[in-house]
Amino acid sequence: MTEVIVFVVGAIIVLSGAVGVVASPNPVHSALFLIQTLFGVAVLFVLQEAHFLAAVQIIVYAGAIVILFLFVIMLLGVDTADNWSVEPIGGQRPLAVLVGAALFGCGLALLIVMSDKLTGIVRDGGERALDNQFTDVERIGRVLFTDYALSFEITAALLTIAVIGAVVLTRKLRREEFLADLERVSMELPAAVPDEINEAH
Amino acid sequence: MEVTNDWYLLLSAVMFVIGAVGLMLRRNPLVMFMCVELMLNAVNISFVALGTELNDVSGQIAVFFVLVVAAVEVVVGLALVVAINRRRAAATADDMSVLRG
Repeated sequence: MTEVIVFVVGAIIVLSGAVGVVASPNPVHSALFLIQTLFGVAVLFVLQEAHFLAAVQIIVYAGAIVILFLFVIMLLGVDTADNWSVEPIGGQRPLAVLVGAALFGCGLALLIVMSDKLTGIVRDGGERALDNQFTDVERIGRVLFTDYALSFEITAALLTIAVIGAVVLTRKLRREEFLADLERVSMELPAAVPDEINEAH
Repeated sequence: MEVTNDWYLLLSAVMFVIGAVGLMLRRNPLVMFMCVELMLNAVNISFVALGTELNDVSGQIAVFFVLVVAAVEVVVGLALVVAINRRRAAATADDMSVLRG
């Protein structure tokens, strides 16, 4: 019974946060709602005895990624509300809700059809089994550094590439580079921009 | 009453759809990234639930890798947003539709 209560509370935290991210007009509020959702997910991880992932969820997601979002929002000063009256593509919003409903319907149908195939299977997981012999931290450590060692190394390369990419993308241009760039853009822009955008400026 | 695997999968489906609809509705690129994070987290929930169900720690390993990819995606995406905003103020994704220079 305790499990059910914890699940329901966690689910409410997660879903209200998710709706808040989508519905709140201010990006800063969206980021704070995202933190709420991530904490809810961490609660659900603990409920499933994935303690390591719950900790990583809080430290990496709530501690680093959302803070990065907040940094960028503050840096750019884009904390203005979305203008909901403008609809860039005609009928985009009803269509989006329709696609969402279809997506959910497909998921639900799959879940109902596949439900009996996904539950009640007890396998002998061997080295990877989640039993009480080792904690989940030890299990993940063992499997990550044996079966998934190559993937783990590639992750390191991926992170390095991302860091280098971020530095290259946001570096300050030297003055002559900037001026040359500006000249090129101003020459090319009228041809590249469709008429309606040209008129707006 | 007991919490079964289906509960987690259902929650994951609802959360994924909220994220997907948000991605299509919102126009602020930062909020769109947050919606992608929601979708990734929804998938993480189902990974852990299925891993527990199938008695296999690989589900949790997959979540670990999803976390790394999510972090990388956010770093590069936000760098792009900053780089674009430096050249011209772009409050919505539509302002970024012309990406030449």
